[in-house]
Amino acid sequence: MSEKHTARERLLWTIGILVVLLYALIPVAWIASLSFKTPEEIGDKKFFSGFSFENYDIVFSDDTFIAALINSIGIASIATFISIVLAAMAAYATSRLDFTGKTLILSGALAVAMFPPISIVGSLFEMWRSLGIYDTWIGLIIPYMTFTLPLAIYTLSAFFREIPWELEQAAQVDGATPFQAFRKIIVPLAAPGVFTASILVFIFAWNDFIFANTLTSTDAARTVPAALAFFTGASQFEQPIGAISAASVVVTVPIIIMVLIFQRRIVAGLTAGAVKG
Amino acid sequence: MAQITLDNITKRYPDGYEAVRHMNLEVKDGEFVILVGPSGCGKSTALRMIAGLEDITEGELRIGDQVVNDRAPKDRDIAMVFQNYALYPHMSVRDNMGFALKLRGMDKNEINEKVTEAARILDLEQHLDRKPSQLSGGQRQRVAMGRAIVRDPAAFLMDEPLSNLDAKLRVQMRTEVSRIQQQLGTTTVYVTHDQTEAMTLGDRVAVMRAGLIQQVGSPMELYNEPVNLFVAGFVGSPAMNFMPATVEGDTVKLPFGDVKLPSELHDAVRDHHGKQLIAGIRPEHFEDASLVGDARDHGTTFTANIEVLESMGAELYAHFTVASDATIESQELRELAEDAGGGEVPMAGEEGRIVARLEPASQVKVGQEAELWVDATRLHLFDPENGVNLTVEQGAPPATTGDGAAAGEGAPATDTEETAVRPPEGESST
Repeated sequence: MSEKHTARERLLWTIGILVVLLYALIPVAWIASLSFKTPEEIGDKKFFSGFSFENYDIVFSDDTFIAALINSIGIASIATFISIVLAAMAAYATSRLDFTGKTLILSGALAVAMFPPISIVGSLFEMWRSLGIYDTWIGLIIPYMTFTLPLAIYTLSAFFREIPWELEQAAQVDGATPFQAFRKIIVPLAAPGVFTASILVFIFAWNDFIFANTLTSTDAARTVPAALAFFTGASQFEQPIGAISAASVVVTVPIIIMVLIFQRRIVAGLTAGAVKG
Repeated sequence: MAQITLDNITKRYPDGYEAVRHMNLEVKDGEFVILVGPSGCGKSTALRMIAGLEDITEGELRIGDQVVNDRAPKDRDIAMVFQNYALYPHMSVRDNMGFALKLRGMDKNEINEKVTEAARILDLEQHLDRKPSQLSGGQRQRVAMGRAIVRDPAAFLMDEPLSNLDAKLRVQMRTEVSRIQQQLGTTTVYVTHDQTEAMTLGDRVAVMRAGLIQQVGSPMELYNEPVNLFVAGFVGSPAMNFMPATVEGDTVKLPFGDVKLPSELHDAVRDHHGKQLIAGIRPEHFEDASLVGDARDHGTTFTANIEVLESMGAELYAHFTVASDATIESQELRELAEDAGGGEVPMAGEEGRIVARLEPASQVKVGQEAELWVDATRLHLFDPENGVNLTVEQGAPPATTGDGAAAGEGAPATDTEETAVRPPEGESST
């Protein structure tokens, strides 16, 4: 906002921003506040009462949760990596080349994205069981990859299209092979796009509940969202609200960290100055 | 250093559109050749075929003595300067210029040396560690040049390298480009749509239209002896004046009066008596009649009502209109008019505007009748059917200009033949 704004405008802006922030952050803040309460304080309807790490102790001493955390990190990372590599190549091809079947590929990708996961999860369950990949990492990586590819392809091809083709031709004339041009010119320039797509894919895989709940049965591959549903807390006789809150905070933190790290790269706008500005 | 030969090169797109047709051009070692023409004439396509960025449908392209049709751009040893510079935005100026050398696996110190040397030539030394986004337009342009220079390639290819600069900088960089090319003596093919750039920069200029080379020659050849209407209208600023003309006996009837033809011209149009022709007169071949001395009997005087006077200090442009009772129709002139507002052609019943370049000493006044003189020996007469300049010997060996170095053997002759036999209705250029 520039200084041209009047006091009234500034006031309205401030109120607007506050409303949005409150709307977005109150549930998160409430979960965080619950996670620091002892079981006795859980029902006291106050934002700030006690402050204890008891719930975090419970969560981190729970083998199921630790296993789920490792599964989540592993599965989401691998799915993201594969998805981005495949999507980068597909997006590069669709944004640069004119080949028969290009529209088919793009509309196919869109069609995949339109399928509600719930509609195929039943048949996947049967298929995975007969294939022997039920309750394994790969059993989750495949659907995550499949469902995130369209999104990644569309995001990345938008970024690739932004990169002037001349840059690549200049590299070719400079003596680069097509692969060198891709690796040394296009990929560094598309980095913001790659990070954006990575975050979106990672968040999808990290947050998924349907596949994780249906296609896993043990700690071998169960991810955090699914594990939380089975969470019992310290004993079976009390509501594990505090522990679940603590676990929720724990699974949210990696996402926040990741976004904060990559945010800079995303905003950096590396292509500035490529051509006449 | 190498010579580039385009031997009957054709570019045909899958939809059948021919961007470049049977192009013959020989660029000698160290020569600076310009491809010029309106947008869509195929000049950039031709350049990109030389670079290897565009496939060649037919014909043979040789760099040095090797056929390079099927070689990747990286194996052709050429450097290209792109219209929008195509600098790598994530690399510093130094890395941009050194990129090609690094790819070649050259030693780091050697790269540094070459980059520094190129930066010195281009006056970029203090900017070596900056990113392209921190540079001004002119500096970016010089980095793009630098990227080409460091490689010491067989040839430079430049695709409208100055068109993104503002007018003043463009003139400055034009001199710069010329200086660098002369200093390095590297074979250069330069594409532009700006005829002024073409005329000032090139050793030789190839004028293209609708995928065909119209004429290849030194700037003065193109200016003084354009082979057809298109070249005549395209080259020169202000453009040549065109008007309807009919030859009767030894005089030619022009809208402003009858002009007696000198015998050479008369002979040239012998077969066109009584037919409708198009006359072309350059602005500088008019003069204030009172300032013409002994030359007076080379031409004819007439009176015109001066409508606008533009005084440029060293020269004076007088605009006047002439009434014509005839129509002239020419696809080439229409294209020119569309492209750059080039030739002004009076249509039926309309009045044609004429620009005359007069001596600044002239006393003509706006709104008054003035007595003007036209040099009949410099008159061009064109056949409206196919645009051919009847007053220039068609397909004549370029040696007639006395400038042997300016022409490739045989190639220009083939080009003009191409022009001469071209059916007028076949041109649906965009």
